[in-house]
Amino acid sequence: MTPNKAFSEAINKHGVSRDSLLPVLQYVISKEQWLKEETMEEVAKAFGMSAAEVYGVATFYSFLDTEPRGRYVIRVCRTISCDMAGKKEIIESLKNELRVKTGETTPDGMFTLLETNCMGWCHKGPAMLVNDDVFTELTPDKAVAVIQEYREKSKQ
Amino acid sequence: MSNTDKNEILNKMQERVNLIFKNSDCSAILDKALTMKQDDIIKSVTDSGLRGRGGAGFPTGLKWKGAAAASGNIKYIICNADEGEPGTFKDRRILEEEADKVITGMAICAYAVGVSEGYIYLRGEYNFMKDKLQGECDKWNDKFKSKKLNFTVNVRSGAGAYVCGEETALIESMEGRRGEPRNKPPFPVGAGYMNEPTVVNNVETLAYVATIIDKGADYFKSIGTKDSMGGKVFSVSGDCAVKGIYELPLGMTMQEFVDLFGDGDTKAVQVGGASGTCVPRKNFATTVIGFEGVPTGGSMMLFNSKRSMFNALRNYLEFFEEESCGQCTPCRVGCQQLLKGIEAIRSGERPVSYIEELRKLAVTMSVASKCGLGQSVASPFNSITEHFREEICY
Repeated sequence: MTPNKAFSEAINKHGVSRDSLLPVLQYVISKEQWLKEETMEEVAKAFGMSAAEVYGVATFYSFLDTEPRGRYVIRVCRTISCDMAGKKEIIESLKNELRVKTGETTPDGMFTLLETNCMGWCHKGPAMLVNDDVFTELTPDKAVAVIQEYREKSKQ
Repeated sequence: MSNTDKNEILNKMQERVNLIFKNSDCSAILDKALTMKQDDIIKSVTDSGLRGRGGAGFPTGLKWKGAAAASGNIKYIICNADEGEPGTFKDRRILEEEADKVITGMAICAYAVGVSEGYIYLRGEYNFMKDKLQGECDKWNDKFKSKKLNFTVNVRSGAGAYVCGEETALIESMEGRRGEPRNKPPFPVGAGYMNEPTVVNNVETLAYVATIIDKGADYFKSIGTKDSMGGKVFSVSGDCAVKGIYELPLGMTMQEFVDLFGDGDTKAVQVGGASGTCVPRKNFATTVIGFEGVPTGGSMMLFNSKRSMFNALRNYLEFFEEESCGQCTPCRVGCQQLLKGIEAIRSGERPVSYIEELRKLAVTMSVASKCGLGQSVASPFNSITEHFREEICY
C-alpha cells in the first residue's frame, strides 16, 4: 500500500500526538474532501489507535465525511431563518442544475449536495457553503450561477 | 413609529453602549493591564458584573478567580468561537472586525490568571476566516514576546458539531476525541484541557474584558441593569424591518425590542436560539431581555403572524435530534421522541392530549440530561407548546 500523500503531509505538519488527530483529519479533508477507509487505517497506525476509534471520531463531526464526496461540497443551511428566507427554492434549483438528490454526488465527482445546520448567516439567508466559501442572500438563479462559477474554475 | 424615528432611537441606543465595535488601541489596553496587579484585574472584571456572553451567563470574574487559584503544570485559555446556536452570528462579526480586542482579552486573562497557552476554537463553518485570524494571532504573539508576556495564542478548527460549544465537549474535541461532554465537576477551571486548569470564555466576553480594562468597571456597570450589566451584541433575524448585528444595553423590554426591529406583525420572538425561550406577543410588554428575564446569548428570531410555529418547533427538534451527541439516553431518545410526538399529533396518529406527555418528557430531559443540550430542549418545547398549543396540535 502506498502511503497517502495528503496524510503524509498532514503528519509532517501536525505530528501524531492525540490532540493533532482533528487537524490531521481536517488536512486530509481539505485535499481529498473525504476520508477513505485506507486513510483512516493509516491514521490509526500512525497514532497508535484502533481504526474503529478513528472512525468513531470522524463520524462524530459532520465536516469529517467518511463517504465519497465531490470536489466541491455544497452545504445549504436548513435552519429556520434560512428556511423562512426561501431555502427550499435554493435546494430545488440546485437539484435541477446538478441532477442529484440531497446527499448525492454528481456522476463526474464534481459536486456533492448536502444540507447543514445553522452556519451563522441568519440575517442574510438563504446561505450556503461550497467547501469553505460562503454564499449568502441566495436566489435560485444566484445559486446556479455559483455552480457555474465552480465549473469554470475546475477547468482551469 | 416612522422608520426615521426608529433608526434614530436605534442609533442612540447603539451609541450609548458602543464598546465592541469602537476603534481602540488594544496594544495600549494590554500595556495598561500589564501595569496592574493580577488580583486587581480579576477584581475589576468581577466588579464590572460581566457574565458569560455565550448564553449561560456565568460570572467571568469568578471563573478567573477559580482558575487563578487552581494549581497545575500549565494553564490554558480557550476562546469559544464555536458559535453554533441557531440564529446567532455576532461572534463571526466580532472576530472579523475586532479580533484585536478578543486576543487582548485572552492576553489579559493570561496575565491575570497565569495562563501561558491560548487557543481560539473556531467553528468549521467559519473556516473562511481561519487564515486571517491565525495571522492576527501571529502578529500578537510577536507583540507578547516584545512585552515579555509568556503567552501564545493559536487557532484550532472545529468540524461541524453544535455540542462542541459546550465547554467540556469543546475540550474533548481539542484533545482529538468525539465531542462528548464530560461530567461536571471537575470543572474546566480545575481540570480542563489536558487535565490542566482551563478558562473557557466566549468571544464576546473576552472582547468586553478588553473594554473593561480600558474604560473601567464602573463605566461598564453604568450600562444595563443591576442583574444584567453592560452591553450585549444581538443577532437579529427572521421577519424583521431591520436585521443584523447590534450592540445594545441589556434590560430592554421585548416590546421595545420588537418596536424597533419587528415588521409590525410580530407574533413571537425566539430568544436565545433553538435552545432558548419563545416569547409570545401577549408577554412582550412584561418580558425583560437580560438575566432577570429572558437571558440570551444574543439570538433574537422574530416570527410574524404568517409563520407556523409548528414548523419552527419541528425545525428546532430536527436540529437537536441531529446534534445530540447520543451519549446520554434522556437527550438521545428524548429529542427523537419529541419530534416523532408532535408529528404524530399533527397526523392524528396520537390524540391531542399526548402533548402533555411530551411536555413531561421535556421536563425529564431538563433534569436528567448530562449537558446543556438535552437540558435546554424543554425551553423551546414547553414555551412554544404552551403559547402556541393550537398551532402545534391542529
